[in-house]
Amino acid sequence: MQLNDKRIRNQLSVATASLLTAVAPVSQALESSSDWEVDTSVLYYSETDRVTAWEPVIRLRKDFGNDRFLTFKTVIDSLTGSSANGAIATGSAQTFTTPSGNSTYTTPANTTPLDPSFHDTRVAVNLGWEQPIAKDMTGIIGFNASNEYDYQSLGLSGTLKWDFNQKNSTLTAGLAYNADTVKPVGGLPVGFATMPTYPAVKPTQGTTEDKTIYDLILGWTQVLSRKDILQLNYVYGNESGYLTDPYKILTLVDGTTGDPVANPYVYEKRPDDRTRHALYAQWNHQFTQDVLRMSYRYFTDDWGIDSHTVDMRYRYELGGKHFLEPHFRYYTQTAADFYHTSLINGQIYDYASADYRLADLVTTTFGIKYGYAISDQSEFGIRLEQMNQQADPSQVIGNQASQDLVPDVDATILQFNYTLLF
Amino acid sequence: MKINLKLLSVVLTAVILTGCSMQLVQPWERDVLAQRKMQLDPYPNDTALDEHIYFSKEASRGGAGLGGGGCGCN
Repeated sequence: MQLNDKRIRNQLSVATASLLTAVAPVSQALESSSDWEVDTSVLYYSETDRVTAWEPVIRLRKDFGNDRFLTFKTVIDSLTGSSANGAIATGSAQTFTTPSGNSTYTTPANTTPLDPSFHDTRVAVNLGWEQPIAKDMTGIIGFNASNEYDYQSLGLSGTLKWDFNQKNSTLTAGLAYNADTVKPVGGLPVGFATMPTYPAVKPTQGTTEDKTIYDLILGWTQVLSRKDILQLNYVYGNESGYLTDPYKILTLVDGTTGDPVANPYVYEKRPDDRTRHALYAQWNHQFTQDVLRMSYRYFTDDWGIDSHTVDMRYRYELGGKHFLEPHFRYYTQTAADFYHTSLINGQIYDYASADYRLADLVTTTFGIKYGYAISDQSEFGIRLEQMNQQADPSQVIGNQASQDLVPDVDATILQFNYTLLF
Repeated sequence: MKINLKLLSVVLTAVILTGCSMQLVQPWERDVLAQRKMQLDPYPNDTALDEHIYFSKEASRGGAGLGGGGCGCN
């Protein structure tokens, strides 16, 4: 009995100590105990000489009580500018037919060909419902739809979360399904067909194609201490159907000189199936007030792409209402097996793409975010980031050595946030 | 391969040992973890916008969660 009393006394003193430390002053920040949460953001994304995008986002989350939540999000994505068409820079000017087949554009000598007709507006809607479905078990269902003039996507997802270990551990299992439709301007080009010279029309294989995407997630979240939380995820994904970029071409070149042959532009062709795996780890740690969030992802797929992503954010509390958050992201990937900067005339290829996003690629991003808690129910944020992408050509043949075959892509990211709780 | 197995066993042992010595955080000790800035995804809009950017500019996708829908950008 005495032993039990002692144990209870010990436990009570530990609990009291914890409560006392718990009331140590924390900086003013949003503490959600409100019914509604409104999150608004506007993103400005601008690549040097290429794409510019404006992207407003509104996200609403309603607390219905008893751990039931409805989330609604809508995004409008407006893109303008030029995008690399896949052909290589050469010593003379090059003329291309636009995807619609209604006009042409000319790229000067020694310049990477960019298709200036690239513009698009995408509208996306996400809906999610979360509620407890059994003791320590939460279910989330999601629906998403998006529409562009040449692409549509419809998706459903379901996730189960199971808390155990007095909610120190959570297991997550989820499944997502997307049914997408591709309907490119000017129809679906035939893979490896030669791009005709305007006004001739390219051969097509219909006007629409489908793409199906499955994703399975298995996750484990672990509270490591009062100030540390760890998340580990495995994601399996499969994409099947039309995975080619209908607007991308490759340059057919002479195997010795590296110069384009006559009528050198052919449409790209990618495999119609892709299986991918991702392993993801995230660790949050709080110092006295500051928070360090770090994540790492390993990704691999059956296209030959292996990638590593490291992401670090350090939230530095400036006392009271302000914080600064430097951000660093580093990404590196190996090229897809079918990535070719140019195609050698006379060789046979099953699949080929000159899309630099499938090349050996390194992306580096540096950024900083400033946040200001206007009150405990509203917060303003602004972040500015600079992204750089460097890709390597798969092969440099003959005279191609005098060209910058895959130039860097630099982008500026500016985002404003305003969050309101009521 | 031998080195990799050795490394793996060291890492696994470390994880198991840490796991065993880990103290459960009680509900009344959740003050820090309950803060918004300590959530796994404290700014969902930032995350979604970043995922959209990098999904459009790189060949990898997914990891942190289930994707938020398709896009003709890739």
